[in-house]
Amino acid sequence: MAIELKMPALSPTMEEGTLAKWLVKEGDTVKSGDILAEIETDKATMEFEAIDEGTIGQILVAEGTDNVKVGTVIATIAGEGEEAAAPAAAPAPAPVEEKDVAPAKAGAAGSIAPNATAPAFAGATERPSPAERASDPAIPEGTAMVRTTVREALRDAMAEEMRKDDRIFVMGEEVAEYQGAYKVTQGLLEEFGPQRVVDTPITEYGFAGLGTGAAMGGLKPVIEFMTFNFAMQAIDHIINSAAKTNYMSGGQMRCPIVFRGPNGAASRVAAQHSQNFAPWYASVPGLIVISPYDSADAKGLLKAAIRSEDPVVFLENELLYGRSFDVPEVEDFVLPIGKARIMREGSDVTIVSYSIGVGLALEAADQLAAEGIEAEVIDLRTLRPLDTATVLASLKKTNRLVVVEEGWPVCSIASELAMVAMEQGFDDLDAPVLRVCNEDVPLPYAANLEKLALVDTPRVIAAVKTVCNRV
Amino acid sequence: MAKAPARKTAAPKQPASTPAPTANREKPRDPAPYDATPEELEKFYREMLLIRRFEEKAGQLYGLGLIGGFCHLYIGQEAVAVGLQSALDGDRDSVITGYRDHGHMLAYGIDPKVIMAELTGRAAGISRGKGGSMHMFSVEHKFYGGHGIVGAQVSLGTGLAFAHKYRGDGGVAMAYFGDGASNQGQVYESFNMAELWKLPIIFVIENNQYAMGTSVNRSSAEDQLYRRGESFRIPGMQVDGMDVLAVRGAAEAALEWVRAGKGPILLELKTYRYRGHSMSDPAKYRSRDEVQAVRDKSDAIEHLKKLMLDAGVTEEAIKAIDKEIRQVVSDAADYAESAPEPELPELYTDVLVEQY
Repeated sequence: MAIELKMPALSPTMEEGTLAKWLVKEGDTVKSGDILAEIETDKATMEFEAIDEGTIGQILVAEGTDNVKVGTVIATIAGEGEEAAAPAAAPAPAPVEEKDVAPAKAGAAGSIAPNATAPAFAGATERPSPAERASDPAIPEGTAMVRTTVREALRDAMAEEMRKDDRIFVMGEEVAEYQGAYKVTQGLLEEFGPQRVVDTPITEYGFAGLGTGAAMGGLKPVIEFMTFNFAMQAIDHIINSAAKTNYMSGGQMRCPIVFRGPNGAASRVAAQHSQNFAPWYASVPGLIVISPYDSADAKGLLKAAIRSEDPVVFLENELLYGRSFDVPEVEDFVLPIGKARIMREGSDVTIVSYSIGVGLALEAADQLAAEGIEAEVIDLRTLRPLDTATVLASLKKTNRLVVVEEGWPVCSIASELAMVAMEQGFDDLDAPVLRVCNEDVPLPYAANLEKLALVDTPRVIAAVKTVCNRV
Repeated sequence: MAKAPARKTAAPKQPASTPAPTANREKPRDPAPYDATPEELEKFYREMLLIRRFEEKAGQLYGLGLIGGFCHLYIGQEAVAVGLQSALDGDRDSVITGYRDHGHMLAYGIDPKVIMAELTGRAAGISRGKGGSMHMFSVEHKFYGGHGIVGAQVSLGTGLAFAHKYRGDGGVAMAYFGDGASNQGQVYESFNMAELWKLPIIFVIENNQYAMGTSVNRSSAEDQLYRRGESFRIPGMQVDGMDVLAVRGAAEAALEWVRAGKGPILLELKTYRYRGHSMSDPAKYRSRDEVQAVRDKSDAIEHLKKLMLDAGVTEEAIKAIDKEIRQVVSDAADYAESAPEPELPELYTDVLVEQY
């Protein structure tokens, strides 16, 4: 049977092309790899090679023909021992059928699903609604609270998990002998040895990739970046290698890794060392992003992050490392990922924040209470997946929302929450959502300018008063 | 044709002829061509031919619009994946490569049907249709991808080697990358850590002479790529990548070195890609004569065929293999064309492993 040669698609976007030149004629013998024709696409002139052996039967499209649709039969080849016959009026096959992306149910496309977290116009099929999120474990009455710095809480979390699971190792710059550039890994080398607490060269891209590969190979790495500013060199592996592995492999390959370290502005270290990358990572499907405020959350969430089968970006804050908070003295204190925490209840306005901003929100709430405004303060804790249910429930109660974020305002967690409020909480809003963020400039060095650029409590108070019409 | 590895001139430039800098250190032994039995020759032939016919078919399906996006064919380089992977221990060693990955999967005996079905984006594909040509994995076979970012697999492969050493499982990681990737910074970050920690890894540069359209000597200050590990004290070997027995022989010497705990080794396989970088390659950066000359003089499959005839394998036996392979590939294509696309709710599955 004659083989039909069809107009090939020579690029991902080509739909038709010009048959510029035939390099063979009817009756020629061809073998695999011979160039048959030159075809002009929208991008270039390309060669069309033979794949089969045989004799050119008929040339059906003359050279110089424009707008030849992909899939049109342009010539025939007769195989070994066959007549070089013309095809039986083979019609050009329909191009590959565009599979109809049928709406899952009538009217789904274009309708606004009130609780959809996906864009309302996705249309194709409905995203399954997330499962009810677990609440924090109940702390038994009478449990002792231990004042612990955030730094110690993080270290304890790693040490506890490492004792339980020998697949866990900690790797990064100065994590072992130096005891951590910010002393977060203090004592780990002594307890776990150099096999499991590994000092690396200054080579972020390399060790982030190495860690990701080790996770693919079955280990559970905790990769410390001295600060997340340096993770910019490694962001390719965090996003392209770690975040996408499970999806791209159809669920067969895991990448259980934690990338952790301080994030956000420190103090007087200027523009290259003072940035909040939370919105960057939180925009990437396939990652978990956690950014705790106090010691208990730092401990309980880092333990959860290390146990997770998913890649986690765990954003700490240098200015919080030395602050002390209560941590419940319970065996194995683990908190649920994806659950926000109501830090303070209130009825007049909801202030949402995360990381160091939570402290500012709480301070503002105390001062506002003295003026008769009761603010509810929510610590998001996890930024992806975002606990929009807790935020929206609070908004339903207070009808006013302010987001506080130590980071730039543009494309921020704050702007995301404003959108969530508009899409899913519009009827509950009595005032526009306001955001209190850093100034939209690289962080300056000069003390006065740095102060001017960063969020502070007076700005939070001013925003709350604005939405409460108490200016 | 200057850079094409004609068989006679491609005799590996062994460090024997290179001057002293490495002479004060232990070196791996000089590799010898592998002494294959007629049965092994047949096995190599079958695998290499499967890769070639599979890739030709993939090119055809691409032309018909059944495969979309980027599709990088392995035609011409078959001896590399087959020669190297035949030397590995499938139960403990791991393999990782870049986006030109179909051949490495076939060389590992992964079912051509599920690979082709991935290329056509079907639910039965090895990544359930969600990875495509560049993103295929088989954890079962310890094949870790299939990575689309040039050079990423070198750091990731170093991590696989780290895991072998950490667990003490005796496994070796093999990380393939191209002459183009050999200019990426992370490759050298990985070399440094691999040698520093004596990780069990074979770095394999598949030097097919062109990074997309840029030839090695237009992009590389040191174009003898097997020397690229020298400043990290990683020994290198240059190998004729068009001769499956030379490749297998080099793999054995490399494995001896790495399994003995001596750290990483770098192999440069001189090979050649007959087809374009991807399907949309205008082929303006090299002449048709150059490609044809390699096909005529150095083709790995033709070379192997001669060895088989010399070893007493009959023409008929070879023809029978050819026929059988054509059938396997034709079946794979039929399967890949007729298998259904993923169900729509699959859009939302496998983003994360756990529920939060």
